[in-house]
Amino acid sequence: MTKWNKTLKLMKRNWLLYVFLLPAAIYIGTFMYAPMYGLIIAFKDFTASKGIMGSPWVGMKWFETFFSTPRFWQILKNTLTLSIYSLIVGFPLPIILALFINDIGNLKAKKFAQTVTYMPYFISTVVLVGMMSVLFSPRSGVVNALLAHLGGSGDTFFMGESKYFPHMYVWSGVWQSMGWNSIIYIAALTGVSQELHEAAKIDGANKFQRVLHVDLPAILPTMVILLIMNCGNILSVGYEKVYLLQNSLNTPVSEVISTYIYKMGLQQQRYSYSTAIGLFNNVINFVILVIVNKLSKKVSGTGLW
Amino acid sequence: MSEKIKTKKMKVSKDDRIFDIVKWAFLGFVILIVLYPLYFVVIASFSDPTYVNNGKVLFWPKGFMLTGYQRIFKDSRILTGYMNTLLYTICGTFFGVVCTMLAGYSLSRKDLPGKTLIMLLFIFTMYFQGGMIPFYLIVKGLNLVNTRLLMIITGSVSVYNIIITRSFLAGNISDELLDASRMDGCGNGRFFFSIVLPLSKAIVAVIALYIAVVHWNSYFNAMIFLTDESKYPLQLFLRDILLMASSTINATSEADPEAAMKLQMMGQVIKYGVIVVSTVPIICVYPFIQKYFVKGVMIGSVKG
Repeated sequence: MTKWNKTLKLMKRNWLLYVFLLPAAIYIGTFMYAPMYGLIIAFKDFTASKGIMGSPWVGMKWFETFFSTPRFWQILKNTLTLSIYSLIVGFPLPIILALFINDIGNLKAKKFAQTVTYMPYFISTVVLVGMMSVLFSPRSGVVNALLAHLGGSGDTFFMGESKYFPHMYVWSGVWQSMGWNSIIYIAALTGVSQELHEAAKIDGANKFQRVLHVDLPAILPTMVILLIMNCGNILSVGYEKVYLLQNSLNTPVSEVISTYIYKMGLQQQRYSYSTAIGLFNNVINFVILVIVNKLSKKVSGTGLW
Repeated sequence: MSEKIKTKKMKVSKDDRIFDIVKWAFLGFVILIVLYPLYFVVIASFSDPTYVNNGKVLFWPKGFMLTGYQRIFKDSRILTGYMNTLLYTICGTFFGVVCTMLAGYSLSRKDLPGKTLIMLLFIFTMYFQGGMIPFYLIVKGLNLVNTRLLMIITGSVSVYNIIITRSFLAGNISDELLDASRMDGCGNGRFFFSIVLPLSKAIVAVIALYIAVVHWNSYFNAMIFLTDESKYPLQLFLRDILLMASSTINATSEADPEAAMKLQMMGQVIKYGVIVVSTVPIICVYPFIQKYFVKGVMIGSVKG
């Protein structure tokens, strides 16, 4: 009873803090939780005139429709290809970059390397894809010009041919965010005590061994956390960049779940169907996240929660 | 004995040299790969399109020309886009910072009953969302389609920003400070505005920049929700110019092949110029604000 009284007293004294929370809570309620309520149209045959409540239930119909379209496997394969390829390339490179940058002795050179490598992160997706389309263009682009100097044909259509699409997508992503993603590791590395390095040096460890046995263990928890988070996004290849990179030639390999949702939902107005696909996507992501988190907690003791 | 130590040392220094070579080769390559495309876009935008298209422009501008830029500055879309983006970015950032600071502060207070539950409800949305279509239907239901208000609001509040604000405030505003001010009769409101805010300039800068970058870069919501061209942000116009322009140029000038060729070449140079015009402001400001972004990542990583 006294505990309740104490809580009530605290709530009364801090009423203003609840008011402070209101704007953010309203925002999250409206734009995050209200759409979650809207998810029930995945199990209904939604038409705008009948509204969410008035539309009839159809059970798992839309999920079955999605799983039985011939494009389902193709889209799933494209999505997994892009995200796994991105993970394999995009996960270790920032770590290597961070370890190397951390090893630069000259402060000015270090600052320069950081400033340059973080920079592409601030280029918008639209401009990035625009740059790619001019730089990689078949006749006039500089990449083809350079390839021609090196004896290539000089008219490769990198942005069009579907066999190049995954590479273009993944490596442009690396170009843009490798530096940015290294920041978190560099931050963790500044916490490594210099004494440990000195001690290892006295024991005769060379630089490579010190990086391996002193630096790497220091950033291991960060690596695990980021790996879990990346795994939780394995099915969510963002539509922003893929959509811009798409053209009629490469859709067989570039159609991913999120762009398919956009096309089904907003271009063809099949609201219930595309909501069901989105829900499928989110549930799988969430389940993977939970499983990986549990695994990681068991193996390494670090986890998101 | 001394001989042995010597050889060991020599070996170590040789291994270190290999490490350094690999390190500088890697870093040099990365820096080159990052800088060259940016440099090339700039020199190409000042060059004669004929040289650019024939691959003659590689390391310095050739046939210095400003025609591309003249065309760009005549194009009203760039100016409209800039004005709209500035409006959305400034208002959205202000709105977002206010919401984030207020919420982050409240959640950083240990004596707020229910804060764990609220935090959980907030964090859950980071891992599970309703998705694009339900979001679209909500926005439509609120009559926010094709409004500037929507462009300002969406993307302004993010749970991640609230979390880093909370971590920062929990670590920087001590309980003693709160207790002492309370003794002096200072309420929650006054404490927040006259003591907490002045002490949180760093975190305000960090989240303001985070939100501003999101606004500056986003195009998808604008593409979905805006129908009036007069409300388009810069990125949406850029998408038209950079990624869809070539087809319209081809279509309008089929009659005269030479004119069509010229137009298409012009189109390429305009693209380089547009990239420069739209990106230079950010790249110029960025070195000065870089430290705040880095600070944000560090505050964020403390909590994980």
